[in-house]
Amino acid sequence: MSLHASTAAEIGRGLRAKKYSSVEVTKHFLGRIERANPGLNAFVTVTAERALADARRADATLARGVGGPLTGVPVVHKDIFCTSGILTSCGSRILSNFVAPYDATVVERLDAAGMVLLGKTNMDEFAMGSSNETSYYGPVKNPWDTARVPGGSSGGSAAAVAARIVPVATGTDTGGSIRQPGALTGLTGFKPTYGRVSRYGMIAFASSLDQAGVLAQSAEDAALVLGAMAGFDPRDSTSVDAPVPDYAKGLDRPVKGLRIGIIREFFGEGLEAGTGAAVRAAIEAFRKEGATVSELSLPNLPLSVPTYYVVAPAECSSNLSRFDGVRFGHRCQDPKDLLDLYKRTRGEGFGAEVKRRIMTGTYVLSAGYYDAYYLKAQKVRSLINADFKRAFGEVDVLMGPTAPTPAFAIGAKTDDPILMYLNDIYTIGANLAGLPAVSVPCGLVDGLPVGLQVIGPHFSEERLFATAHAWQRATDWHRRIPAAYA
Amino acid sequence: MTLTRRDVENIAHLARLEITEAELPVYVGSLSAILAFVEQLAAAATDDVVPMAHPLEGQVQRLREDSVTETDRREAYQRNAPAVEAGLYLVPKVIE
Repeated sequence: MSLHASTAAEIGRGLRAKKYSSVEVTKHFLGRIERANPGLNAFVTVTAERALADARRADATLARGVGGPLTGVPVVHKDIFCTSGILTSCGSRILSNFVAPYDATVVERLDAAGMVLLGKTNMDEFAMGSSNETSYYGPVKNPWDTARVPGGSSGGSAAAVAARIVPVATGTDTGGSIRQPGALTGLTGFKPTYGRVSRYGMIAFASSLDQAGVLAQSAEDAALVLGAMAGFDPRDSTSVDAPVPDYAKGLDRPVKGLRIGIIREFFGEGLEAGTGAAVRAAIEAFRKEGATVSELSLPNLPLSVPTYYVVAPAECSSNLSRFDGVRFGHRCQDPKDLLDLYKRTRGEGFGAEVKRRIMTGTYVLSAGYYDAYYLKAQKVRSLINADFKRAFGEVDVLMGPTAPTPAFAIGAKTDDPILMYLNDIYTIGANLAGLPAVSVPCGLVDGLPVGLQVIGPHFSEERLFATAHAWQRATDWHRRIPAAYA
Repeated sequence: MTLTRRDVENIAHLARLEITEAELPVYVGSLSAILAFVEQLAAAATDDVVPMAHPLEGQVQRLREDSVTETDRREAYQRNAPAVEAGLYLVPKVIE
């Protein structure tokens, strides 16, 4: 098997067995990036020199026989994570000159695990988008069909792993930004429980929803990388102080006896027929393996998207007020006074969708409207949370589609924000309730991947990994590579 | 909810965003559409519902000892600033 068709776990095993060195692995992937990236636009920055230095250090560690499962394995970070001494743009003009003065905890921990940093990936501006078309650095192409979007907002990370120009990547998920691109590019996209991974150095979008995770080729890879990223961090006040289980160890837990709930509301109008059929077939396969399957109703879940489009813009309008052209980032030319400095810097620095969300958030938080919008949305959020809680009293995991359709054409939805927002109709619920969820590839519809979403109760990551892994032992959808990149 | 040009100009001012003449009608349309879309929340019965304050039940923001934990990295941080002088960030004159 060729190197790039290997999972991160397999590359790690190959490195420890001395089949190849980390420098060889790194050069192989840097070569693939150089050839494929111009057609994909998956990267904002390629860190070739840094990667080779990391690889040499990893080889020294491996030579001493003290390497771990990820030592010497290449990784890329979504450009939302601060990387010391490296451009950290968040896909925005306003940070297009920002060289982070420190590392995010996620970056620090994967460094410590011995991973090799190949670069920073393209993304929707400030993670606001579902197609990677809002990036200041241009849209990312889907390796399965370069006329289509890879999903978003972690679109660069998804496209890079799907084209096997990197073995594994980090991402962030505020309303589906790991799972939805995972589904649209045939990857395993894992979003952990709110608070599981430190957000220190991860540029904030919506603080009650944001969480870091992994875009990987397999559940095993996602388990290894999440295990290395996760854990308590005093520098993030939302970080949960609870031990991190050995996710990789629990992968082989059988699905026999697993109680699966099908979310009825996820199979209604708007779900593309082929996607629905693939997801139902996957759930049927679990039943045959000894899981019990029942259909459940979460009646408030259809209100997820409107709830999210009050809560997320409100929080973003507050978080993004720090971009003022004073301490870092873009500043307008010749401001005539401070107000002019703020307004023109932000008007020039932010793209259309980010400005739309800041204004939506400013409006719903403004005097006289707060109760009708923000408070109301937070109450509906409680109802959605209660729906999930009730469901998890009856079943172990919930299943349904990740996205309503396979990847759509670039430009197809850019003129209609609400049409674009509805891409996240099945993913937003887990963010509103802070739940862990994973998307695993479960079929191809007209040659395009579709994803099965598995949602679990808080801190049920082990169960989700084992469920995804059982599926991947029985199927090979996750090993399919788009022909042009095989 | 239909917003007017004047509403959008006011929101943009509150958000400290300069919006061009060409952008203005686009935002009048899309912001009105978004507000109309989220209006469906009004139909949900929430009279006795407590608004959700945190995704994890019982989780509260941690407090720490009030002691110095950061080192002085002003120089490193100011390397990203558009204009600095003598360790200070420069902005247009605020007080005449």
